[in-house]
Amino acid sequence: MNAVTIDPREQKYARRKRVNQVAVGLALAAMAFGLFWLAWILVETVRLGVSGLVLSTFTQMTPPPNEVGGLANAIYGSVLMVSLATFIGAPIGIMAGIYLAEYDPHGWLASVTRFVNDILLSAPSIVIGLFVYAVVVARFKTFSGWAGVIALALIVIPVVIRTTENMLQLVPPGLREAAYALGAPKWKVILSITMKAARAGVITGILLAVARIAGETAPLLFTALSNQFWTSNLGEPMASLPVTIFKFAMSPYENWQKLAWAGVFLITFAVLGLNILARVLTRHKN
Amino acid sequence: METLTPTREKSKISVKDLNFYYGKFHALKGINLEIPENKVTAFIGPSGCGKSTLLRVFNRMFELYPEQRAEGRIVLDGEDLLTSKKDVAILRAKVGMVFQKPTPFPMSIYDNIAFGVKLFENLNATDMDERVEWALRKAALWGEVKDKLRQGGSSLSGGQQQRLCIARGIAIKPEVLLLDEPCSALDPISTAKVEELIVELKQDYTVVIVTHNMQQAARCSDYTAYMYLGDLIEFGATEQMFFKPTRKETEDYITGRFG
Amino acid sequence: MTNPPPSRSPRTGPFVDRLFGWAAKGAALLTLAVLVAILGSLFVGAWPAIAKYGLGFLTSTTWDPVTEEFGGLVMIYGTLATSIIALLIAVPVSFGIALFLTELSPAWLKRPLGTAIELLAAVPSIVYGMWGLLVFGPILATFVQKPLQALFGGVPVLGALVSGPPVGIGILSAGIILAIMIIPFIAAVMRDVFEVTPPLLKESAYGLGATTWEVVSTIVLPYTKAGVIGGIMLGLGRALGETMAVTFVIGNMNQLDSLSLFQAANSITSALANEFAEAGEGLHQASLIYLGLVLFFITFVVLSLSKVLLAQLRKGEGKKS
Repeated sequence: MNAVTIDPREQKYARRKRVNQVAVGLALAAMAFGLFWLAWILVETVRLGVSGLVLSTFTQMTPPPNEVGGLANAIYGSVLMVSLATFIGAPIGIMAGIYLAEYDPHGWLASVTRFVNDILLSAPSIVIGLFVYAVVVARFKTFSGWAGVIALALIVIPVVIRTTENMLQLVPPGLREAAYALGAPKWKVILSITMKAARAGVITGILLAVARIAGETAPLLFTALSNQFWTSNLGEPMASLPVTIFKFAMSPYENWQKLAWAGVFLITFAVLGLNILARVLTRHKN
Repeated sequence: METLTPTREKSKISVKDLNFYYGKFHALKGINLEIPENKVTAFIGPSGCGKSTLLRVFNRMFELYPEQRAEGRIVLDGEDLLTSKKDVAILRAKVGMVFQKPTPFPMSIYDNIAFGVKLFENLNATDMDERVEWALRKAALWGEVKDKLRQGGSSLSGGQQQRLCIARGIAIKPEVLLLDEPCSALDPISTAKVEELIVELKQDYTVVIVTHNMQQAARCSDYTAYMYLGDLIEFGATEQMFFKPTRKETEDYITGRFG
Repeated sequence: MTNPPPSRSPRTGPFVDRLFGWAAKGAALLTLAVLVAILGSLFVGAWPAIAKYGLGFLTSTTWDPVTEEFGGLVMIYGTLATSIIALLIAVPVSFGIALFLTELSPAWLKRPLGTAIELLAAVPSIVYGMWGLLVFGPILATFVQKPLQALFGGVPVLGALVSGPPVGIGILSAGIILAIMIIPFIAAVMRDVFEVTPPLLKESAYGLGATTWEVVSTIVLPYTKAGVIGGIMLGLGRALGETMAVTFVIGNMNQLDSLSLFQAANSITSALANEFAEAGEGLHQASLIYLGLVLFFITFVVLSLSKVLLAQLRKGEGKKS
């Protein structure tokens, strides 16, 4: 090989190598970029919110501007509405998921339901709020906790349908056949055998749905609205953590903003906690 | 195809002109067969010959799948299974099945056995305990699990799980026991135990076993049916089939010339 | 051995079986009913505005509750502009993250990092919104907007884009916050599809001496393009429908008089969030609901497009092989 001329293959390789290095560098930068935001958001949330984690936040009501207070009614409202929405939405979602996986999975109703479910899953949650407003609030002429519950339930249902169907499809057919072979009726095969086998996955799906609605603001904005005072009457407007945060954060009042950060802290870590719990459950099953 | 009946035996199940279809595929062609009572009958043949298909017609397992359909008559105790108006679940309780892969339910060993029993009988706790123990003893599993009845079914080894499934099938006191390649997923020692069990079970039940292992058929069964591509080629006493088969196709398969 | 004939208790009888089947079917039908009801009620609610403006609503920028004149172009533009900015930022970054997680990361780091990204997806949007307004906005103003203005001030098109008050709110801010929000979704989907590329396929390419970048760009990406596009569509759908992250930082101004990205504006979701609760029951409310209908339609189109695209890609692949 002539020492003066550079091997064209090596030259080409040098260029390819540089391209690769640039790409790898950019990928690394992207990863760091993503992590950076997560870290920054979490750090700020902790920094600005942790000071609000005092007893009064949990025991006192939302105050007027520039007065001392807490988030008790908002926390209670959120917990109440999220729980009810889950109690209502999860069973409906599970039953529909059972229909999709166990009864006529290739039929027209199943295909249409899956498509519709996809639409509902990706529908903007504020549109769900508009719908519930039109159907419940306008009709009963009042904002109410029940309207909020219905709006949240309508978000829970598609999520649970999707996860339930996926989990049931993973159960091997041999298990079902063995139960049928003993003479079990279909509903018993589904409830006692198939659902039991898919139990961990279905529960995870429900947990994730809860985490999702715990942080939802938009569907509550014109259904449950908000309430400055304590109420456990779902027929009245009801305070919730996300809506309260929205109101307080956009305001110029310092005490309100502080409470808003405390609320953000609570929601963030509640949601993260639920997500981590869901992961632990799936890993434990495996 | 003429009916091949060992005339000395009482027939438990009579199969008459059975045709079976997977969609358009004609899987079983005009099967005529008499399954003798309280004997072990083996279905043998190469892969795809229809032996498992035939077995699964006996407890109407094919009805779970809309593309599968059966035509013909299958008479059990004087009643045609395929057209009977009776609830299919009651039929399935009469005709028990054990599958190729062990399928323990996601519950305790005790509950696995009790599951089928609870469907049809209301036993109090003591009677249920007795039934569970009886079934496990029959399946030669009692000694190994009597101290861990509350543990999950999947905590057992493969061979034990399969015997659990057999115990589960026996617990509901069926009249016929269908075994679909019960040992194919098991190691040789577990296989031997299950084969011993099969020979014992015929005292109380009519047993039909599908196997791709000819030696197993020779060891366990009293009668053997040889099937090929959906047809029943030959049926007769096992000894006679294996030493002096009537048809050449049977002889070719048994001597390993193909399949 | 005599066996008692098996009988069925009412508990296990065929009636219960049918009841259960009906309940399951009913739940599925309920889902359909909900969608129909949503479309119906939105249409009915928006009718006064639809009757008055027809499709002209979509091109008019007037939004005046006092004189009762409404047009949705400002909000539609806001929604589309913020979402496009979000995609422009999020897609390359997500791709980089997915590339890192599947090809470059050491094994022990893969799971924790992947989990971190997924947790980012779980953070509620109101957190992004509030953080965006109170923490990020001011920093964006000082370190990005002001310098950009200084740099491109006089330049013809770019100058117009970066004009406007550099106070950290507006379309650019909303777009960036949205990008940060949808990155985890798109990255997670991309990573999942990259991961199911058969290792043998990649190894064959590596074996020929290809670099990591070449393997990913010429082997993995084409193999996974259906899933990648699906993931991007998913992110787009989320961006279009996102309310809280946008409402905090977009500025809530119903005017569109400049191309500026720094200008306060409005999106469909932020307009709804800010105005609906107090809107009088008349043309104002109907116009807002009309906007909601438009948004629902846009997300529906994006979803259908992604399904059609995926189906086409899969069919095409089938023919090739």
